Amino acid sequence: MLRFIVRRLLSTVPIVLVVVSITWGLIRMAPGNFYTGERRLPPAVERNIREKYGLDRPWYVQYGRMLGNTVRGDFGNSLTYEGQPVNSILANAVPVSALLGALAYVLALIVGITAGTIAALKQNSRYDYASMAAALIGISLPNFVLGPALVAWLALTWYLLPPALWNGFSVNLILPAVTLSAVYMAYIARLTRAGMLEVLRSNYIRTARAKGLSERAVVMRHALRGGLLPVLSFSGPALAMLLAGTIVVERIFAVPGLGNYFINANLNRDEPLIIGIVAFVSIAVILMNLLVDIAYAVVDPRVRY
Amino acid sequence: MAATTATQPTTEPVAGTSLWQDAWRRLQRNKLAVTGMVLVAIIVTASLAGPPIIERTTGYTYDYIPSEPELLKALPPFTGPDGSFSWEHPMGTDTSGRDLLARVLLGGRISLMVGLISTFVSLMIGLAYGATAGYLGGRVDEAMMRIVDVLYSIPYMMVVIVLLSLFGRNTPLGQLVLLFIALGAVSWLTMARIVRGQVISLKNQEFILAARATGVSTIGILARHLVPNTLGPVIVYATLTIPSVMLLEAFLSFLGLGVQAPYASWGSLAADGVQSIAIFPWQLLFPGTTMAITLFSMNFIGDGIRDALDPQMRKS
Repeated sequence: MLRFIVRRLLSTVPIVLVVVSITWGLIRMAPGNFYTGERRLPPAVERNIREKYGLDRPWYVQYGRMLGNTVRGDFGNSLTYEGQPVNSILANAVPVSALLGALAYVLALIVGITAGTIAALKQNSRYDYASMAAALIGISLPNFVLGPALVAWLALTWYLLPPALWNGFSVNLILPAVTLSAVYMAYIARLTRAGMLEVLRSNYIRTARAKGLSERAVVMRHALRGGLLPVLSFSGPALAMLLAGTIVVERIFAVPGLGNYFINANLNRDEPLIIGIVAFVSIAVILMNLLVDIAYAVVDPRVRY
Repeated sequence: MAATTATQPTTEPVAGTSLWQDAWRRLQRNKLAVTGMVLVAIIVTASLAGPPIIERTTGYTYDYIPSEPELLKALPPFTGPDGSFSWEHPMGTDTSGRDLLARVLLGGRISLMVGLISTFVSLMIGLAYGATAGYLGGRVDEAMMRIVDVLYSIPYMMVVIVLLSLFGRNTPLGQLVLLFIALGAVSWLTMARIVRGQVISLKNQEFILAARATGVSTIGILARHLVPNTLGPVIVYATLTIPSVMLLEAFLSFLGLGVQAPYASWGSLAADGVQSIAIFPWQLLFPGTTMAITLFSMNFIGDGIRDALDPQMRKS
């Protein structure tokens, strides 16, 4: 187990470097430059800019410097947010996105697992059909439709919640978190139902029932542990997907998180910021996947690494 | 019974039911899947046939902007310029006075096209990659699957965003082609894994041995014998890939990185609609619901095909 963890942690380094290299290559292969705009710059100004940002050096020197920066975890200054180091932008934006993402995922887990478990226990009942239909709608409804619809309905018609404002942990979080979590809620409910249906038919549940345990104990202590394995293995890719979802939701609700910065960085060709965010997110995704795999081994004794 | 009839010399071959016929029968009995197929058929037909019909009858196209200045405004559904009931614009108009129905149908063409072409791209890459890895086995397989594992842990959305925002922004058509390739290139991983698994379970069976004994080349065995036999799970996964790719396209278009004007897709129309959600809600409602219904139906069809091809897989 320990060897497995160490190996995975070590493999993170080359993976992140590959991702960062691909990104850097894409940025450099694209036509134009961050300082090219509507107006043509005087040659002297252009030369000065190129010199200041080291663009006059051979490409391998620049590439090497970028890799070195990534390894040291210091990405230099942002080009759009002048004078701001990428790291301080990350330090501001990461907690925002993490709070939103974590809240959305916890919400999705609570609602999804509850709904899925009840649906499995009452298989083929009216509740089962209704919740699974709702789940399918949740999967099909894009969150850029759901979000603005919720805003129009709850915020602009009924004035219940603010449409878009970010001030940390407050009621303003409700709309973005719900919008972000809808899809995951739906997936988790479906996975829980499928997993529970399979487990509830297995022998060890029959044994537990035969021992005379209460239905509550059978479900909570025995069935859920096995039935939630699909949810656990879904969580790895889901947390990675969540990052794509946050980009859209952050755009809709004007949340100053990673996604918003990432889009702006791309539109402005802010190379250090793009590289910094991509590197950070890659590391985060890999670590989350590792955590999920470890959790899997802890919950399911059949899994050995 | 069946065995005895099969050995009798008959002039006509006994009509057996193939896997596909059985699957088709089961699919037809699945109400949700049939509903989904009908809805998708309607939406596809409307997207293909609708725009020319609208253009012939009313002259509206997706980029037709009225010449009268008083019409350069958003009209609610079924409303004429004077506020009375009118059949002119069943979905209303957008902020420039363009007919929203024509735009939604035209957007449907692009969205469906992105879904189909990108899925095809991912299918081709996934089939070739997975079949090669599975058939060759050993070190090659291990290395190829290691690469897939690594690619899985990449935040591919971010790479796609980088790609789309830096390249091809000047030509709308170039952006569209880039979109096909980018979306196809990031969604082949699971396909490759499925194909590999299938190929590994098939490659030691007798018919492959027979093919090899008769001197069929490796590529021939892969293309003619192995890949056709993996089609069941591949079709299931491909039908489920179409809606997920369409959703990705819509995300990107919503962010302004996908389909560029003058083209429109459901995602870019929704993005336009969100700008004025409080005043002109129908501009988000129609493209948004059309898209949601389409994705909903496609998911039903995919689930239905999965259940039909493998009745024992029935789970969720």
